Amino acid sequence: MSAHLSYGRVNLNILREAARKELREFLDKCAGSKAIVWDEYLTGPFGLIAQYSLLKEHEVEKMFTLKGGRLPAADVKNIIFFVRPRLELMDIIAENVISEDKMLSPRDFHILFVPRRSMLCEQRLKEQGVLGSFINIDEYILDLIPYDGDLLSMESEGAFRECYLESDQTSLYHTAKGLMTLQALYGTIPQIFGKGECARHVANMMLRMKREFAGSQTQILPVFDSLLLLDRNIDLLTPLATQLTYEGLIDEVYGITNGYAKLPPEKFAAQKKQGEVGKDLPTEPKKMQLNSAEELYAEIRDKNFNAIGAALSKKAKIISAAFEERHNAKTVGEIKQFVSQLPHMQAARSSLANHTSIAELIKDITTSEAFFDNLTVEQEFMTGVDTDKVNTYIEDCIAQKDPLIKILRLVCMQSVCNNGLKQKILDYYKREILQTYGYEHMLTLNNLEKTGLLKPQTSTRNNYPTIRKTLKLWMEDANEQNPNDISYVYSGYAPLSIRLTQVLARPGWRSIEEVLKMLPGPHFEERQQLPAGLHKKRQQGENRTTLVFFLGGVTYAEVAALRFLSQMEDGGTEYIIATTKLINGTSWIKSLMDRPEAP
Amino acid sequence: MAFITANWNPLGEAFYRKIELYEMGWSLRDGLKECLVAAAPYGGPIALLRQPQRPSSSARPQLEIYSSSGANMASFPWKSGPVRQLGWTVCDDLLCIQEDGTVLIYDLFGAFKRHFSMGNEVVQNQVLEAKVFHSPYGTGVAIVTGASRFTLATNIDDLKLRRLPEVPGLQGAPSCWAVLTQDRQTKVLLANGADLYILDNTSCTPVTPPGLSPQACSIVNMAVSFSYKYLALFTDSGHLWMGSANLKDKLSEVDTKVRTPPKQMVWCRRPKSQQPSVVIMWDRLLLVAGECTDTIQYTLDEESVCVAELDGVRIVGGSRHELLQEVPSACQDIFKIASMAPGALLLEAHKEYEKSSQKADEYLREIKEQSVLGEAVRQCVEAAGYEHEPETQKTLLRAASFGKCFLSNYPPEPFVSMCRDLKVLNSVREYTVGIPLTHTQYKQMTVQVLIDRLVYRKLYPLAIEICRYLKTPEYQGVSRVLKHWACCKVQQKEEPDESIAHAVSVKLGEAAGISYSEIAARAYECGRTELAIKLLEFEPRSGEQVPLLLKMKRSQLALSKAIESGDTDLVYTVVTYLKNEMNRGDFFMTLRNQPVALSLYRQFCKHQEQDTLKDLFNQDDDHQELGNFYVKASYKEKKLEARLSLLQSAVDEYNKAKNEFAAKATEEEMKLLRFQRRLDEKGEALLGLSLQETLHALLTSNFHKQAEQLYRDFRVPDKRYWWLKLTALAEKDDWEEMEKFAKSKKSPIGYLPFVEVFCLCGAAEAAIERRSEGEISTVLSRCSPTTDRALLERLNRARSTAAKK
Repeated sequence: MSAHLSYGRVNLNILREAARKELREFLDKCAGSKAIVWDEYLTGPFGLIAQYSLLKEHEVEKMFTLKGGRLPAADVKNIIFFVRPRLELMDIIAENVISEDKMLSPRDFHILFVPRRSMLCEQRLKEQGVLGSFINIDEYILDLIPYDGDLLSMESEGAFRECYLESDQTSLYHTAKGLMTLQALYGTIPQIFGKGECARHVANMMLRMKREFAGSQTQILPVFDSLLLLDRNIDLLTPLATQLTYEGLIDEVYGITNGYAKLPPEKFAAQKKQGEVGKDLPTEPKKMQLNSAEELYAEIRDKNFNAIGAALSKKAKIISAAFEERHNAKTVGEIKQFVSQLPHMQAARSSLANHTSIAELIKDITTSEAFFDNLTVEQEFMTGVDTDKVNTYIEDCIAQKDPLIKILRLVCMQSVCNNGLKQKILDYYKREILQTYGYEHMLTLNNLEKTGLLKPQTSTRNNYPTIRKTLKLWMEDANEQNPNDISYVYSGYAPLSIRLTQVLARPGWRSIEEVLKMLPGPHFEERQQLPAGLHKKRQQGENRTTLVFFLGGVTYAEVAALRFLSQMEDGGTEYIIATTKLINGTSWIKSLMDRPEAP
Repeated sequence: MAFITANWNPLGEAFYRKIELYEMGWSLRDGLKECLVAAAPYGGPIALLRQPQRPSSSARPQLEIYSSSGANMASFPWKSGPVRQLGWTVCDDLLCIQEDGTVLIYDLFGAFKRHFSMGNEVVQNQVLEAKVFHSPYGTGVAIVTGASRFTLATNIDDLKLRRLPEVPGLQGAPSCWAVLTQDRQTKVLLANGADLYILDNTSCTPVTPPGLSPQACSIVNMAVSFSYKYLALFTDSGHLWMGSANLKDKLSEVDTKVRTPPKQMVWCRRPKSQQPSVVIMWDRLLLVAGECTDTIQYTLDEESVCVAELDGVRIVGGSRHELLQEVPSACQDIFKIASMAPGALLLEAHKEYEKSSQKADEYLREIKEQSVLGEAVRQCVEAAGYEHEPETQKTLLRAASFGKCFLSNYPPEPFVSMCRDLKVLNSVREYTVGIPLTHTQYKQMTVQVLIDRLVYRKLYPLAIEICRYLKTPEYQGVSRVLKHWACCKVQQKEEPDESIAHAVSVKLGEAAGISYSEIAARAYECGRTELAIKLLEFEPRSGEQVPLLLKMKRSQLALSKAIESGDTDLVYTVVTYLKNEMNRGDFFMTLRNQPVALSLYRQFCKHQEQDTLKDLFNQDDDHQELGNFYVKASYKEKKLEARLSLLQSAVDEYNKAKNEFAAKATEEEMKLLRFQRRLDEKGEALLGLSLQETLHALLTSNFHKQAEQLYRDFRVPDKRYWWLKLTALAEKDDWEEMEKFAKSKKSPIGYLPFVEVFCLCGAAEAAIERRSEGEISTVLSRCSPTTDRALLERLNRARSTAAKK
């Protein structure tokens, strides 16, 4: 189930096991049968740590979703609330506890705060007069969740909004705490690099926490050589662009949440037993887990979508060749060996069938005219063509009332690529949007302006072209089939964030001081003292391991680009990626939208 | 050396020895006569309450506290009520149980800490007898009152009084009683004449010990072993019954032939020993009884008290302090006369070696021939741990070290750790320290607790020395001791704040993991707020600083510390506190100077207190946010008038914020709303639709004039309007109007979209007609976002029905 976490350069299963152990310990603290009442938001992230079977082993018999009113009846000894520390949730819990039927056999209440207990919430429970009803009030420190063999996510949707829009740095505090936990398990990270205000803040907190924990230092040989903290707002462009890797496109089209994608069922019906086809079309979307545990997926997910067809057909040939082997199996021994491989081959075949279906679904979209037009405009913006004029394509899309998020993505992209829009143009777009989609979106537009995604041009100088040229953000001849540069993930555009990472590894940031100054926030380097005797002696040819932390989210295409860098033969650095949340342009813009509830 | 067995006395299979621990340093005129005595186990302190020489109304008893070696630690006249019983807690605090049920707690140095009561009922009936006992839950107190009722407190730090049920037929105090801890429950075992009862929370159960000799008609004394596993009963017939504490098994019964009730009776059994044994004390006689009919008898020449220990009994007298214990088997093997045990031979070999005699080799050979050299070394190391005299320890360890030379892969740990343990033990057994711990007790109590005990005695240098010597991790060892030292230091009232803070920071500066906040809390408790604040400055963990700062009402400082920590929950906590403490104006001013706190508080208000949010924006003259606030509020309003007035406020605010665009847009919105209302009256439900949607709705329901008006009033760009009208008309299949529209003026979007709309509609209709999945799909693939949605939906529906066929 979790084996794929341990294959990477860094065994992230240690982290998962540590998290599971803590969960088990808490569950055992509440002796007897139990029911868990879930803050719905948490079920997804928890799924990455523990399945129902683990909970069941520890006498969890029922699970409910947290909602007001009375708790459902359940013949259990303990009721455990798994919640985020939010005041509104405390009110619901209080309601639950108060309306508990006193006549029935009394049940013990417990609260598990994820990821941290909060005095504010406990105070609220006290005000509601229910604090005393809880036998255990505990915290379950779940900051960084192992998402894949080289990927950690905090699964915190609102992180970008909170940090850049609402100046609420709670998620940064959790980030710093998460990094401390990571260091407790994998050793102190000797070097910390960073760019951006939030990165600076996290680094400061980490250094501070290290002082606080002085004396209880872990004697572990450091696994990571360096940590790179990157603010999302130094690279607002990348998430706006349409991702063109296989995984990126699945996310763009269907969305991947907590490692699962929901796909339209029609294409997968044919895989059922042949007799049943057509009888009842499945109406429920097919839920598929996508991670490196699936061999084929691990192989193809980071490829440019244009290279997927070839990869799939090559794989198909290999599999059918493997099945053909049976004709060559003559002796009993050979047949036995063949049969022993059968389950594996069958799994490979069904995996191939699944991905062929997904690829077909996506191909229908990528070959459509609309997709092509959209991509063309994106690429024009990224290469700096006519970014200072009202774009007719955007105009047309508004006129035809395309989805608002699509419009916002494009307008923001134009603004970012032009270092802000002329007041007249900006007002024109805004007016078009308000008239077409409703005046209530003024709040959303306001949010986008606050975060800098949309802005009026203040200076006449547009520094985006300089950044693009210095960092080689646009590669004319991106090779999609056999990539030689990270720009393949966007078929030409090399993500700025990843370029910064790449330059940091070689030749170092000193070579791009000018560009760094153009990007918002400070850049810095810190060193953490290692206890004597823990200095790593690097072997000849051994790669460095860098943890890249994206504060405010990262896209699958960026992850793919970093994986590509890790695999480069002369790269010299392997990357582990961490983030507050895996995002794409749509989910990102959505998180910044304000929807006033209509009466 | 030769006389090592001189103080050994055989009893059955085993030997017992009595070693002198100390010659007592105290000078008591009458010894322990007329004294209430309490001595803590694990070599703990001794408390005496001495009755006044001449009983008179003015004379008061004297309370004195001594170390085990008799060094005075405290002494003061007792001014409270009459004391029934003294006892020590597990953390070396003295409990004085008074007749009226009040229990006073003093520390080792006689400083009063606190008091509690054993219940109201006791005040009237008085305490007849009391016992202090220890269990895994802490230190407990049990009393029996004049009304013959028992009351228990299992843990005095978490006081829960339990009044036990009545005992049938009991008048006054029982003849003897004891507290038992069984199955995680504390019970009382008591004897009333010949009857034995177990009292627990709910019931009083009569019990009979199996095989108690029938001659007895009354049980006069009882003792429970240190581990609560065994029980001893002494009857008026002079019989001693020993068995398990659950009264299921009998171990032995001995006739002591003494019929007087003993003064004291305690178990004397080391862990893992085969033989149960009990020490019984009378005025002049000390008797050890075990399994066999024989007993060991010692005469006592002074008034003494027995203290039960894990592995023996300490006997404290007016002039001497002795330890009586079973000789451990390792010592027996080595020192028993003519012993041929491997350890004994090794010791002999080493002795010869020291004398440079070749006999050493003979002995060694003998051991090696039996290949028991490892065993010999092990025995010597173990026996060294049991010996009290450093000389004997050294001899044994040297022998072990000598034997080790002839072994190739003997693990060094046991030897090394025994050397370390003994070094620590010898230093605490030192007369000036006076903690006569045995190795077994030391292992049981752990180094941590020993360090604590040293700290309670304010023996900080020794404690630090030991921590360093044992290489205890700093935060468990040295830092902890230093913290206690500092806590003690801040209580020195005569020293000025400055010098204390300086002294503390100099001493603690480099130690890791020090909790300055705890020290500061202590200083604050002593009323030294300024010192506490100074000390808090040294605390690296802001999380620890904040609660104390709040307690000391330094809320501003607390706020900045909370912000420094980055822990937003902490900031919230302080902010909530400030909100309740300050008046609103000051509160807002404070927040204004702390942007981090301000934005967090705004977040809080956004979800919890909308009105406060408005006040906040008002106070900051943040007109932009106020505008947004009104806009948001307008959407929550159901009545149009209220909505419009909120929007008007928004416009005003936006104007003040010089945000022309927003002001104009909001005005447009109001205009649209008013327009929609007018049409509403004509039966068109348009309220809440966007401008585009409104236009669309108007065009599809033939309000062309109104649409034209809106188009002009809102200056809708031509392009968008043409697209809109085109799709709306196509949707309605209003081809006549379409033609008129196409010819009205030059199309800003060209004529291609017109053609596309015509063709698509035609093709779609045809495909739907023929219900062919393939054709519908082809049409669908041609559809662009321009295609009107109703048509798309029809196509999709048709396709799925076609597919199902």
